[in-house]
Amino acid sequence: MLHLILFTGFGLVCVAGAVNLLVQRHPINSALSLVVVMGALAAEYLLLGAEFVAAVQVIVYAGAVMVLFVFVIMLLNAGEEERTQGSRVALLLGVPGLVVGSLLIAWVLIHRSGTEAVRVGALPGYPKAIAQLLFHDFLLPFEVTSILVLIAIMGAVVLAAKPSQVQQGKKEG
Amino acid sequence: MIPLSYYLVLGGILFACGVAGFLIKRNIITIFMSIELMLNGVNLSFVAFAAHWHALSGQVFVFFVMVVAAAEAAVGLAIIIAVYRTRETLNVDQVNLLKL
Repeated sequence: MLHLILFTGFGLVCVAGAVNLLVQRHPINSALSLVVVMGALAAEYLLLGAEFVAAVQVIVYAGAVMVLFVFVIMLLNAGEEERTQGSRVALLLGVPGLVVGSLLIAWVLIHRSGTEAVRVGALPGYPKAIAQLLFHDFLLPFEVTSILVLIAIMGAVVLAAKPSQVQQGKKEG
Repeated sequence: MIPLSYYLVLGGILFACGVAGFLIKRNIITIFMSIELMLNGVNLSFVAFAAHWHALSGQVFVFFVMVVAAAEAAVGLAIIIAVYRTRETLNVDQVNLLKL
């Protein structure tokens, strides 16, 4: 019962943050509501017994990625977005379609996926088991990931550098 | 005991919010944040299925998704800075040089 209350509470916080992200017009407000969503999701992961994923979620997503977003918003001095006229057909057909589709999906998920339940804490999600899996079965993907991150760092530096600096680098190199 | 479908519905709601933001929003940074929201919804489904099937590899997959998302955020935000430098705007409606 306690788990259901916690799930519902954090789930409501999640959905409220996601809706707030859509409603807010200033990017910095959207970014902060996304931080709320990610923190609540970390709590949901803890409820599922995934301690490692919850820690990484807080450190990487709510920490690093969102700091990057906030820095870019401040760097570019982003103001409120302008409203543009949407298509009338999209409004007339899209909103009822969205409601019907989401209700249908929720109904199917709740009624057709059986009565089996997730046992809280049944999964050994502690970091040791994850590390054994990560460095044994998934060693090659893990190493490939490091190359991906290296390329991403270099790409970000090249793309974000001022054009004059890139030109100078070419002349020198 | 929380049914698996509750987690899937929550993940679906987050993903739907991400799709809606991607389509509605006009600020390129907010569009990028909607993509992160979609990735988070998928991650929740991954962890819920991992707990349901007692398979830890689902959590390892979430780890990989997070790494790719971080790399994507770094490169994407650099591209946004480059776009802003040349076009002086963050509105995607005004970034239309490829349009006929």
